Amino acid sequence: MTAEHHHPAELAPVEARVAAIESVLVEKGIIDPDALDAIVQHFEDNLGPMNGAKVVARAWTDPAYKERLLADGTAAIAELGFEGPQGELMVIVENTPDVHNLVVCTLCSCYPWPTLGLPPKWYKAPAYRSRAVREPRTLLAEMGAVIPADVEIRVWDSSAEARYLVLPMRPDGTADMSEEQLAGIVTRDSMIGVQRL
Amino acid sequence: MDGVHDLGGLDGFGPVEHTASEPYFDEPWERRMFRVLIGSMGWMGGAGGRFRHSIERMAPEHYLSSPYYEHWLTGVTTLAVESGITTQDELERRAAGRFPLSRADRGVLPDDLTPHTEPRYSVGDDVRVRERHPPGHTRAPRYVQGRRGTVVRVDGTFNIDDIDAHGGGSVADPLYSVRFTSHELWGEAGSDGDVVHVDLFERYLEDPQ
Repeated sequence: MTAEHHHPAELAPVEARVAAIESVLVEKGIIDPDALDAIVQHFEDNLGPMNGAKVVARAWTDPAYKERLLADGTAAIAELGFEGPQGELMVIVENTPDVHNLVVCTLCSCYPWPTLGLPPKWYKAPAYRSRAVREPRTLLAEMGAVIPADVEIRVWDSSAEARYLVLPMRPDGTADMSEEQLAGIVTRDSMIGVQRL
Repeated sequence: MDGVHDLGGLDGFGPVEHTASEPYFDEPWERRMFRVLIGSMGWMGGAGGRFRHSIERMAPEHYLSSPYYEHWLTGVTTLAVESGITTQDELERRAAGRFPLSRADRGVLPDDLTPHTEPRYSVGDDVRVRERHPPGHTRAPRYVQGRRGTVVRVDGTFNIDDIDAHGGGSVADPLYSVRFTSHELWGEAGSDGDVVHVDLFERYLEDPQ
């Protein structure tokens, strides 16, 4: 026997570790899981790319709204009712025939929750975070978005307070579509910048 | 800290395993962990620098080999043990197995803890990112430290994470978006025309010489 501290040899399953810390926090009165379920349900039901798609469709159909959106993203997005944590400082970056924008968080997982919801797994994984700032053109081509050589790629590393939303170009052949129909063709990936519509 | 979380520019991770859409939580424990985290926000003082740094301090091999919500689990639990509300022994007893936590916090507060409220730089100014490589939390990625860029946006003043994360409280600092050319960041491996923007606090910046 030594005085040295010994940890169990077997790693506890992650489920058991989550249960362990949760039980401590409940006993200390820090969290109330039942009350929190409604908040998690709100994330699952009400936050997601369908919100960002409405912002984009409005910007495509209402030039005055687009102007406000580019000038003050946070306020213009709040006009449509989308605001809250991870949406306090929204910056909209507009794709044009000469510019393609791409959003990443190299340090962690920063992402605009009110307009896009919680980030997908690949957005939080090392491959995307490491390569988006180093070889964006190659990465985008691998992901199916071939950016013409004469189009500048602007990468935005959301390293501090701002959260970014890409305003994609409105596709050709959509002149007759309603705002609601347009929202239906705007994808999550196009608002991150890994897809061109 | 120059930790494993600071991934910008590293090679070797291979292709992105992309999915066009997916549920927020693959497993029930992930949803449960998200719930724990949301509930712990007030106790942690928000999901800012202190929480992020608890994840950055994970052993590199653990960080890279564990799913995302295990990072949250390890960070929150490390803060709980460090605050004294429980112990690693107790958690390992409850979990009936080993419960790895993050490494000790090596962060130190800077000398200047005064708020800075008047932005020193304007849009169009050239700046250089200081090579600080602090032992604690920072939002200045390693790949821009020492590099020259141009201010493209002034966002106002915000609570700088480097100080808040290490117990120095809320201290205001101007925040900028700074544009770097690909060649400035990656030298000969950079590409013509492409640019990278990074949001940087004024305390990370200096005048280019």
